[in-house]
Amino acid sequence: MDLAAVLTLDVLNGIASLILLCTGLAVIFGMMKIINLAHGEFLMLGAYATVVAVDSGINIWIAMLVISPVFVGLVGLVVERTFIRLLYGRLVDSMLATWGLSLFLVGLITTIFGNTIKSVPSPLGGFTIGAYRSSQYTVFLVVVAALLLGGLWLLMRRTRFGLIARATMQNPDMAAAMGVSPPKVYMATFGLGAAITGLAGGLLAPVAGVLPTMGAAYIAKAFITVVAGGASVITGSATASGLFGFINQSASYLTTPVIGEVFLFVFAIVLIRLLPQGISGRFFRGSL
Amino acid sequence: MSKNRTDLTTRGAASGSVTRRTFLRSTALAAGGLIAAPAIMRHAALGSDDPILIGSLHDQSGAVGTSGVPMVRALELGIEEVNAAGGVLGRPLKLVHYDTQSNIQLYTQYAQQIALKDKVAVVHGGITSASREAIRPVFGRYKTLYFYNTLYEGGVCDRNVFSTGTTPAQTVEKLVPYALERWGKKVYILAADYNYGQITAKWMEKYTKDNGGEVLSVDFFPLDVTNFGSTISKIQQAKPDVVFSALVGGNHTAFYRQWAAAGLKGSIPIASTTFGLVNELAALEASESDGIISGYGYYEELTTPASTKFTGALKEKFPGIPYISELAACTYEGFHLWVEAAKKAQSIDRMKVTEALESGMSFDGPTGTVTIDHKTHHTVRNAFLAEAKEKLWSVVGSYPDQPPADTAAVCDLIANPRDTKQYVISL
Repeated sequence: MDLAAVLTLDVLNGIASLILLCTGLAVIFGMMKIINLAHGEFLMLGAYATVVAVDSGINIWIAMLVISPVFVGLVGLVVERTFIRLLYGRLVDSMLATWGLSLFLVGLITTIFGNTIKSVPSPLGGFTIGAYRSSQYTVFLVVVAALLLGGLWLLMRRTRFGLIARATMQNPDMAAAMGVSPPKVYMATFGLGAAITGLAGGLLAPVAGVLPTMGAAYIAKAFITVVAGGASVITGSATASGLFGFINQSASYLTTPVIGEVFLFVFAIVLIRLLPQGISGRFFRGSL
Repeated sequence: MSKNRTDLTTRGAASGSVTRRTFLRSTALAAGGLIAAPAIMRHAALGSDDPILIGSLHDQSGAVGTSGVPMVRALELGIEEVNAAGGVLGRPLKLVHYDTQSNIQLYTQYAQQIALKDKVAVVHGGITSASREAIRPVFGRYKTLYFYNTLYEGGVCDRNVFSTGTTPAQTVEKLVPYALERWGKKVYILAADYNYGQITAKWMEKYTKDNGGEVLSVDFFPLDVTNFGSTISKIQQAKPDVVFSALVGGNHTAFYRQWAAAGLKGSIPIASTTFGLVNELAALEASESDGIISGYGYYEELTTPASTKFTGALKEKFPGIPYISELAACTYEGFHLWVEAAKKAQSIDRMKVTEALESGMSFDGPTGTVTIDHKTHHTVRNAFLAEAKEKLWSVVGSYPDQPPADTAAVCDLIANPRDTKQYVISL
């Protein structure tokens, strides 16, 4: 029974990590059709923002939950204004540009901080379930992931910004005719996606090794989750993260971490073969 | 070379009709000549007081870049010292270094370049076992002497290669019984999923069984695994007395953090053959690393005069250098062993230096006295065990003059000098 509880928590943790990893990417890709190959590096920037903030004496909760998303969100705005805005509708060009950006960011951070591992201490301790121990931080990640999805839903469904954003994504010309400025909406959306990714990076900092190349370890999983999730940002991310997190964590537990990874990717390939439009393209069409 | 080109073109012109083919041929030759020119000119100019080139292939960036930086720094320090003392055979030494960027393809590419184009006298390089296996055959083929100065899983038997780092018989064999005696007989092994981790895990299993212990499970992790949640649950379920870790690289550092975050650090101790080799102790909090045991051929914290002199010189010359581990110390010693051998042989010729090294060449370095073992081309050297305390290593055991017994059991270069295999332990 204790074991079941701990394992459930592991699976939830796997799912929450995926949600945090892929939501920012899903916002940018799902809404703007920009394939952001610098996603992993946005994550890395978020982690570094937290490390630097904590090192300079700022409270870790503020560092993770405020400084990281705000900082990476601002970076996202700058990136969007400088070159992404020139590349809308040009899929391959935007991939190349963001790939270059990712190399640049890795080089820049290596130059500034060196390629040694940085880290911040985990702010919460462990707790006991019967004979087992688990980390409170795991529970915290699950809560944040749920709040993130809920908050994004409220933002898109219940605010004027959400309405305008959704309208612009569906038909930018019509939105422009109604007096909306699509470039501004694009800018804000890209910034929002980057900020969510920054938040994920900040939250990863206490449980991962923070180094300039850390993005590479996450990007494949983030992309495959977003592609499998399909066009709907929230339902797509949530369902694909749920499936993949469950499969990865339970397969890792039942077999080995190597097989767990293999299982995840084989399952993803089969899923994308069967549902080329992603899960939400088939089952939750038109959802957010 | 420019003279050569003029000859060719005039010959073409003199024949009266410059056909398209002769023109193309001469241009191609000229272009080839131009590209080759720097190498040829340098070769022709090779005089008696020209520098001797020392090759270095070490990752300075990418996944294992942190490990590579102090290794190159140690080479730079060694070269500076030798040059200040008058060089080798009256010639100064010069470093030819390529950053292999944690990329195996670059390793093979630069290995060819350093052997064929730069024509270095010796190469020090390779960090991961994967990179060593990629470049070892290249240096065998192009007859370039090769020093591998990293601790590794053992078993490389190749007369062209000198391995100066520690092998499992020197470290794991000490670490395992220490941990079993201190904490108990049931062990759980975690290792990185490539040749180093796979083979080191086998040695951990062997020494555990030899010491009456029981291996509950051996789990391997691809280098990009970052979430250890399910593994941590599995370990708790298995209830081992101690966890052995041969996890490698930045992503795997996450294990120690997640382990500590779950509050397990106090209840199940960890012993590792890789932890603390880079700058883990500086990066992690004392609460996350205290009590972890490791076994290496060198620790920066060693207080022998040779050790403090070495670390002092490195830190003065390169402020901000990452942790100076066995990697840097063995690179420094490997370099000096080559220098001593070249002096003894009165030559930088590969075979003459090799024979000088095989004569039982010794060097007193920061780790103590290091001696080349003729049979295996490995080193007889000191080994140490240490426990992490307050972000520093505190030495808890020292084992003088350990022979590379694992490799010696399978490799005999006196009997089979043509062997070039890496032997793998079978359980």
